[in-house]
Amino acid sequence: MLRARIIPCLLVHKKGLVKTVKFKNPKYVGDPLNAVKIFNEKEADELMVLDIDATVENREPDYKMIEHLASECRMPLCYGGGIKTTKQAQRVFNLGVEKIALSSAVINNPSLVTKIAEQVGAQSVVVVLDIKKKLLGGYVNYIENGKRKTKVNLNKFIVQLQKLGVGEIVINSIDQDGVMQGYDTDLINKIKPLINVPLTVLGGAGSLDNIAELIQEHRIIGAAAGSLFVFKGKYKAVLINYPDYNIKNKLFS
Amino acid sequence: MISIIDYGVGNIKAFANIYKTLDIDFAIATCPEDLQNTTKIILPGVGSFDHAIQQLLNSGMKEKLDSLVLHDKIPVLGICVGMQMLAKRSEEGILPGLGWIDGIVKKFDKHALNEQMPLPHMGWNTLNIQVPSPLLTKLEQNPAFYFLHSYYFECTDDKDVLASTSYEKQFACIVNSGSIFGIQCHPEKSHQNGIQLLKNFGEL
Repeated sequence: MLRARIIPCLLVHKKGLVKTVKFKNPKYVGDPLNAVKIFNEKEADELMVLDIDATVENREPDYKMIEHLASECRMPLCYGGGIKTTKQAQRVFNLGVEKIALSSAVINNPSLVTKIAEQVGAQSVVVVLDIKKKLLGGYVNYIENGKRKTKVNLNKFIVQLQKLGVGEIVINSIDQDGVMQGYDTDLINKIKPLINVPLTVLGGAGSLDNIAELIQEHRIIGAAAGSLFVFKGKYKAVLINYPDYNIKNKLFS
Repeated sequence: MISIIDYGVGNIKAFANIYKTLDIDFAIATCPEDLQNTTKIILPGVGSFDHAIQQLLNSGMKEKLDSLVLHDKIPVLGICVGMQMLAKRSEEGILPGLGWIDGIVKKFDKHALNEQMPLPHMGWNTLNIQVPSPLLTKLEQNPAFYFLHSYYFECTDDKDVLASTSYEKQFACIVNSGSIFGIQCHPEKSHQNGIQLLKNFGEL
C-alpha cells in the first residue's frame, strides 16, 4: 500500500539553512549538505529544499549547491527557487533532482507547467502555493517569499494547474509558518476537494500529532514540516530530528 | 566493471555515489567507446519516454548496448524510465522502445483510481516479490521503495514479472528476462533497501 510521506522542508538563505516564522526572521540552523547527510541516516521519506533568495534576488538557481545536495541525497529530492524557464528546469533536473518546484514563475506564466512537464515528465513538476488568510475571510496567494500579493483566484488557479499537467501541489500557509501550532485545517478542507494530484501540506506542524491528524483525519498523503524537524524542545534548540520507522508507522494508523 | 549509462537523462551521480560507498567498481559511460570493458550496465532514466529514447539515440550508444545486452548477455538494470525503455513501446510517446523485454508501457487508468490514489503514483510503496531472484537477496518479502510515475510496464509474459506492487491493481514493478532486469521504482532513492538491491546487482 502507498504510504503517506513525511517531508522535511529546508530553506536556504545566504548559503545556509534557515527557519523562518511567518516568512520572516530567518534563523540560521545549519549547513544544507550536513542536513542532507543527517536525513539520509534517519531515512527520511523525501526532502524539499527551497532557496528563498533566488527569485527575490532575480538570479538563477545555485546549480553547484543543488548538484552537491542531489548527489549526496539518498532519498527523493524536490528543489525550488529561481526556476523561470524550461532550460533552467532541465538543468536542475539533470543534476539529479527528482522534482522541480515552481512558484512565482508559474503565477506570471502558467503554461510553464506544461512546457516543463513535456520535458521532464508531469510527475516531476510541483507547484508551491504560499497562502495567507485575508482579514475578512478567504485566502490570498503570495509570491517572492511572501513579499508580493497576487491577484489569482485560488480555486480557479488550482483547477487550471491540474489541466496544465502539474504533478503535485504544495500548499504552504504563511500564517502558520514556523508557529508550530498545527496546520491550517480550514485551508486544507477548502482546497483538498479541488485537487486530484498528490497534495502536500506545509506550514504549522508543531508535533508528530499534527502530522498524524493530517494523514488520518484529512487523508493527506504529503505532510511537510520545517521547524518540527530542525528544532527540539520548548526553547527551540537547533537539532535535526525525524521520526524513526516504528514511530512513523504509528502516525499512519 | 559496472557501466552507468549517462545520456543526459537521470540521476547518474546518485548511482555513482552508492557504488563508491559500496566499494564496487564502476565507470560512467557517455559514448560507445566507454563500454569496451563493461561487465554490467545500469540504465537510468527519468522524464518522458520519447525524450529519454531520443537522448539515448543521440548519445550513439544504442547499437553498442543492443549488442552487449542481446548478443553478449551482459546483465543490465533499467531504472524507472530506463525500465520502461526496455519495452517495445509506450503509451506516453511515439518512438519505439528498445524491445529487450516483451511488453508495452501503459498509463494508469485515472477513472479506476479513487480519491486516495492520485496520479502520479508518488511515494513509498511495498513490493510483492513473486519469484526469488539473486537481484532480491537479503530483502524482506515486502520491502518499501520510492515510486514516482504515471505509466507502468505490462509484460506480455507474466513469467517476466519478478515483483509487483499494488496501486489500483497489481502492476509489474521488477521485470526480468534472462540477464535483463528492469525496476520501476527508484533504488537510488530508497535508502537501505535500494542500496541492497544495487549491491545485489553489482554482485550478480
